[in-house]
Amino acid sequence: MLSKSLHAKHNELSKTEKQLEILSSGIFKDGTLPTFANKIKAAGQFPLRPKKIEILQLNVGYMCNQVCAHCHVDAGPDRKEIMTVETMQQCLDVIKNTGVHTLDLTGGAPEMNPNFRWFVEEASKLGVQDFIVRSNLTIILANKKYHDLPEFFAKHNIHVISSLPYYKREKTDKQRGDGVFDKSIKALQMLNEVGYGMPNSNLKLDLVYNPSGAFLPTDQKALENDFKKALKEDFNIDFNSLFAITNLPISRFLDYLINSDNYEDYMYALVEAFNPKAVENVMCTNTISVSYDGWLYDCDFNQMLGLKVASAEKHISQFNEESLSNRTILISQHCYGCTAGAGSSCQGTVA
Amino acid sequence: MEKTYYDPADLKKFGKISEWNEALGDKFFDYYGKVFEEGSLTAREKSLIALAVSHTVQCPYCIDAYTGDGLKRGITKEEMMEAVHVAAAIRGGATLVHSVQMMNKYDKLSM
Ligand code: SF4
Ligand code: SF4
Repeated sequence: MLSKSLHAKHNELSKTEKQLEILSSGIFKDGTLPTFANKIKAAGQFPLRPKKIEILQLNVGYMCNQVCAHCHVDAGPDRKEIMTVETMQQCLDVIKNTGVHTLDLTGGAPEMNPNFRWFVEEASKLGVQDFIVRSNLTIILANKKYHDLPEFFAKHNIHVISSLPYYKREKTDKQRGDGVFDKSIKALQMLNEVGYGMPNSNLKLDLVYNPSGAFLPTDQKALENDFKKALKEDFNIDFNSLFAITNLPISRFLDYLINSDNYEDYMYALVEAFNPKAVENVMCTNTISVSYDGWLYDCDFNQMLGLKVASAEKHISQFNEESLSNRTILISQHCYGCTAGAGSSCQGTVA
Repeated sequence: MEKTYYDPADLKKFGKISEWNEALGDKFFDYYGKVFEEGSLTAREKSLIALAVSHTVQCPYCIDAYTGDGLKRGITKEEMMEAVHVAAAIRGGATLVHSVQMMNKYDKLSM
């Protein structure tokens, strides 16, 4: 189990340039596998272009109470990067002035940002259709001051999306840390108690499944059925949908792949499962991701690789919808993760 | 050339067997694909059966493939090991049940 981020350990993979270098050398340079650009060129889908911006995904900070082994954010208790009120205000202005209908707060643990509640209150006044908070569940139990989060979420009709690697203790704790499973179960029950995920309730609770290792997820619907059955039988827990997400080969997951000698096989599996239909709906086509310090990215993954949008205006304070819609999306081999099999995005299968 | 009987990389080349006999190769893969579709048995159950059988036929390619497939489907290591024990029990039982034939023969030939 990990206890520190790559950043705190001064691991060279905490440098985005190093990750990008790995992703474009070796098997992709020597022609063993086609680069993502060449693959989508062959499918007539190059360059990757955005559609209308519908989703604003805000990463409000890299601080987290967990240090999950697969975390693509390299988040953890030792990460101090936090979005300021000023940047949050700039985000609110953008939401007000654009046709964004979905607001997606992520982190780290977004709830750990001290301005989190203020922001939720302000943003919910703007009437976005779908207001998502990605909660890691355990934060609700981490400290007394978070115990009322379920009521707070319900009050603002927040759509809660939470990771639960598996419906059994061993796999979950191995990926996310000892004790995480029991706390997650308790948090899910607390969310159910206020109405989340219950039949006949509008309060939506979705779960996210990430494979706990160097393999791709199987059919989302089959997994959802397994999760629903097991969580209901074992813990009387209800939830709405399960999203199966492929782990992208960046940050801590890339570090794991390399150290466990799985990198090449994993990339081979991703390339082999390439699905051109998934390319049409990858999340970068209708999302803009904003980092804690206000920079704009095509997606959360590009944010973690330091690949700012290819547009003249790159900061939330200069947000320009027109120039953003004319940009080209920046890609590298990690994009194979979004386009393997049924595809993967922050909201699961896309094809 | 590597002087080993098995190379993990060969698993990825399995599809190439069709190159030397397309008609039969295609028929096999078509059949194979259909067998593993969801039916009266779930795809998950079929994956566990495949894993158990791979152990009895001792095919390292299939063991790799169906361990990976099981992981994807959320099959736990406990379930996998139980499936292998089922295979081992049948295999052991099949050996031992033939001892009845040995015993019969022995008795027949003995005074
Ligand atoms: S809970 Fe999420 S953000 Fe926190 S370490 Fe785990 S994967 Fe990363
Ligand atoms: S990682 Fe996925 S979402 Fe991001 S740019 Fe690549 S394909 Fe798009």
